[in-house]
Amino acid sequence: MFPFTQKHKIAFNLKIYFPYPAICKACWQLTIISKIKLVVVSARTYADFTPQASFDIKKCDVHKLEEGPPLQAVLTREEGLQYYRTMQTMRRMELKSDQLYKQKIIRGFCHLYDGQEACAVGIEAGINLTDHLITAYRAHGYTLTRGGTVREIMAELTGRRGGIAKGKGGSMHMYTKHFYGGNGIVGAQVPLGAGVALACKYLGKNELCVCLYGDGAANQGQIFETYNMASLWKLPCIFICENNKYGMGTSVERAAASTDYFKRGDFIPGLRVDGMDVLCVREATKFAAEHCRSGKGPILMELQTYRYHGHSMSDPGISYRTREEIQEVRSKSDPISMLKDRMLSNNMASVEELKEIDVEVRKEIEDAAQFATTDPEPPLDDLCNHIFYNDPPMEVRGTNPWTKLKSVS
Amino acid sequence: MYMYYGITMVFFTVFWVCHIYIYINNMTLFIFYHVSYQNVTPFLCIIIALHSVEYHVLPCDICIINCILLLQVTVRDALNQAMDEELERDERVFLLGEEVAQYDGAYKVSRGLWKKYGDKRIIDTPITEMGFAGIAVGAAMAGLRPICEFMTFNFSMQAIDQVINSAAKTYYMSAGRQSVPIVFRGPNGASAGVAAQHSQCFAAWYGHCPGLKVVSPWSAEDARGLLKSAIRDDNPVVFLENELMYGVPFEMSEESQSKDFLIPIGKAKIERQGNHITVVSHSRMVSLCLDAAAVLAKEGIECEVINMRTIRPLDAEAIETSVMKTNHLITVEGGWPQFGVGGEILARIMEGPAFNYLDAPAVRVTGVDIPMPYAKILEDNSVPQIKDIIFSVKKTLNA
Repeated sequence: MFPFTQKHKIAFNLKIYFPYPAICKACWQLTIISKIKLVVVSARTYADFTPQASFDIKKCDVHKLEEGPPLQAVLTREEGLQYYRTMQTMRRMELKSDQLYKQKIIRGFCHLYDGQEACAVGIEAGINLTDHLITAYRAHGYTLTRGGTVREIMAELTGRRGGIAKGKGGSMHMYTKHFYGGNGIVGAQVPLGAGVALACKYLGKNELCVCLYGDGAANQGQIFETYNMASLWKLPCIFICENNKYGMGTSVERAAASTDYFKRGDFIPGLRVDGMDVLCVREATKFAAEHCRSGKGPILMELQTYRYHGHSMSDPGISYRTREEIQEVRSKSDPISMLKDRMLSNNMASVEELKEIDVEVRKEIEDAAQFATTDPEPPLDDLCNHIFYNDPPMEVRGTNPWTKLKSVS
Repeated sequence: MYMYYGITMVFFTVFWVCHIYIYINNMTLFIFYHVSYQNVTPFLCIIIALHSVEYHVLPCDICIINCILLLQVTVRDALNQAMDEELERDERVFLLGEEVAQYDGAYKVSRGLWKKYGDKRIIDTPITEMGFAGIAVGAAMAGLRPICEFMTFNFSMQAIDQVINSAAKTYYMSAGRQSVPIVFRGPNGASAGVAAQHSQCFAAWYGHCPGLKVVSPWSAEDARGLLKSAIRDDNPVVFLENELMYGVPFEMSEESQSKDFLIPIGKAKIERQGNHITVVSHSRMVSLCLDAAAVLAKEGIECEVINMRTIRPLDAEAIETSVMKTNHLITVEGGWPQFGVGGEILARIMEGPAFNYLDAPAVRVTGVDIPMPYAKILEDNSVPQIKDIIFSVKKTLNA
C-alpha cells in the first residue's frame, strides 16, 4: 500500500501464493504481501546498520613500557560478524565435544576452551596467517583460528581417519600450516616457540611467533630460560600467558609467588590485558606485533581470562572454585555476550542476523559431529607410518618377533 | 736441506697429529705425537731435522712423509670439516650450543666456524640446555636445519624432553604434517677422570625411542660421512661422539675427502674380516676390539670385528650374516649392561635366523654396572679393557 523504498524483513514465512495483508515488522506498515519467498531473508540493507563504531576498551597495565595499546578500538560490522561467528563456532564446538566425551565417543584427554574464545579470536585478528603460533594442550580454539576446519578437529578428537592428524595425534596434537600444536608437556612449547621466532628472524620474512602458555606453566624453568635467550637475541616472539586463574586445580595464589604474570619476564616488557574482551586482545596483539616487527625483541602479554569447564573432562571444575564464581563470569564477562551487546547496542547487527549465525553455526557443528562419529577409524596399515620423513619404506617390529609391520614416510 | 724442512713446517701446521715415518737402516719407526697446539709442530720439525741429519734422511723421504701426513685426519678435524662443508652447502644449517662460537668449541670441534660464518649461523648459548634444545627444535620445525651441540650428552638429560617429546615424536603425532630436521651432537660416554656425572653412555636411552635415528661413529671417516648424512637427514638424529676419540688420527681414503661423501645411516661396517667369532661394537670400543683382534690373531683366532656405526636403526642383518659365518658372538660397549645396546643385539639374534647358527651363548662385554669412579685405577677397571675382550672371546670359543 505504501511505497517501499527498502526491502523489509518478511514477518513470517508462508507458502501461499495469493496476496494477503500483513503488517511489516520493521516499519509497522500495513502492506500486501504479494510475493512470498520460501526462505526468511534477513534483507535489511547495509544502510540500516552502522558500518563501524569505536569502543572504549580497558586500559592495559604495562611493565617496562612507555605506553600501552590504545584505549579505543574501532570495530567494523564485517569484523564484528566474523569475530562473533568464529567465537560462536568455537563455543559450540567445545560444548559439542563435551557432549561427545560424555557419550564416550571422545576418549583420553579433552581440554576445553569455552570461556576463553576472545583470546584465540583476538590474537588471530592482531596477526597474519603468515605469522606463526604455538600453544599448549588447550588447543582446539587455536587449531580453528589457524585454518583447521571443525570437521577435521572433531574427527581428530574422535580418532578417525578424517582427523587433522589422521587420528594419530588426538586432542593435544593438532597441527596446521604455521601452527605447531597442540603440545602435551607443560611449558615445553615455549622454547619451541622461541625457536620458531629464531627461524623467522633468520629467514628474514618479517614474520613473528606467538607463543602461548598458561598460568600454571608460567612457573616452569624452561620459560625463564627462553625469556633470557629471546631477549638476548631479540627474537620476534610474543609470549602470551593465558591466565585463567587455575592451573588444573591449583589457583594462581597457591602456585605463584608473584601472580603478576606480565611482569615475570623481568627485562621483557609486559602488558596485562582483559582477555574476555576480543577488542582489547586484538589491540594488545597489534601493539605487541608492532613491537616485535620493529626489531625491539620479545614482548609478554598476560590475558586475564576464564574457562567455564574444568581443567579437562575428568575435572568437574567445582571442587576448587564455586559455581557462583563460574556463573558470575558467565553473566558479567562472557566474551560472546560482550561482543553481541556491543554490536546490538550500536546498531551494527540485528538480533535476527546474529540468531541466524547461531543457527548456521549449530548446523556446521552438527554436520561435523556427524562426520566425526561416522568417519571410519584409521586403517591398521597406517599404524607404523610417519616415523621418519623422506625416508625409504622400512620394517617395524610388531608386538612379537614374527610380526614385521610396514612403515612408509 | 733445511729449506725442505721449512716447507714441511707449513704442512705440519695444518694437522693436529703427526705420524712420522723415519726410515732408518731398512727399518721403519713410527713416532706418534699427540700435538694439541700448533706451536709445538715447529719444534717437532727441528727435532726431525736434527734426527734426519743423523739418520741420513733424504729430502725425497720428507716429501713422502708429507704425502702420507696429508691423508691422516683426526676425528675432531673430520667433524669440523663435515660441519664446515654442510654449513657452506645449505644456508639453513646452523650450529648452536655452549661455547661453540667464540671459544671455538669446548673440545675445539667447531674451531674456525664462527670466524668464517659469523653470529647468525654459529650461536653461543647460555647454559640452559632445556631452553636451547627447545629453541633448536622449534627452529627445525619452522624450516631451518639446526645442529644442536650438547657439551656432553650427560647434559642432554636436562633437555631430554625436548629431544624425545618435541623432536622424535612430532612427525608421527602430526601424521606427517610436521617434520623436525635436527641433529643433536656431542661427546658421549666415558672420558678420562671426569667421574660419575660426566661419564654416562646414552646410546641405549636414545636408541630406545622410535622417531629418532641414533648414530655412533668410530673413525674419522665414520665421523665425516655420518655427520654429513645426519645433517642432510630430514629427521631428528642423535649423533654420539666420543671425547677420547677426538684426537685420534685415521687414514682417510680419496673417496672420503669428497664434499658429498655420505655414509648411510643404518648400515654397519665390517672393520676386520674373520672366521671364528663376531665381535660387535660401536664408538671407541671398536679400537679396543681391533687391538684385541690383533693380539688374538697371533694365537690363531680370527675375529670379525663389526663397527655398528648406527645404534638406531640397528643393522641386525649385518650381524646376523656374520654370526651365520662365525657361529660365535660377543658385543662390546662402554655403557652399562642392563637394558643396553648389547642386550638388544643379543635379543635380536635370539629372535632371528642366526640363533640356530650359534655354537655358544652370545655374551656382552660392557662397562661395570656402577657409576663411574674417579681414581685412575678404578676408572680403568670400570670400562672394558683389551684383556676383557680377549678373555670373553676365548671363553665363548671354548665354551
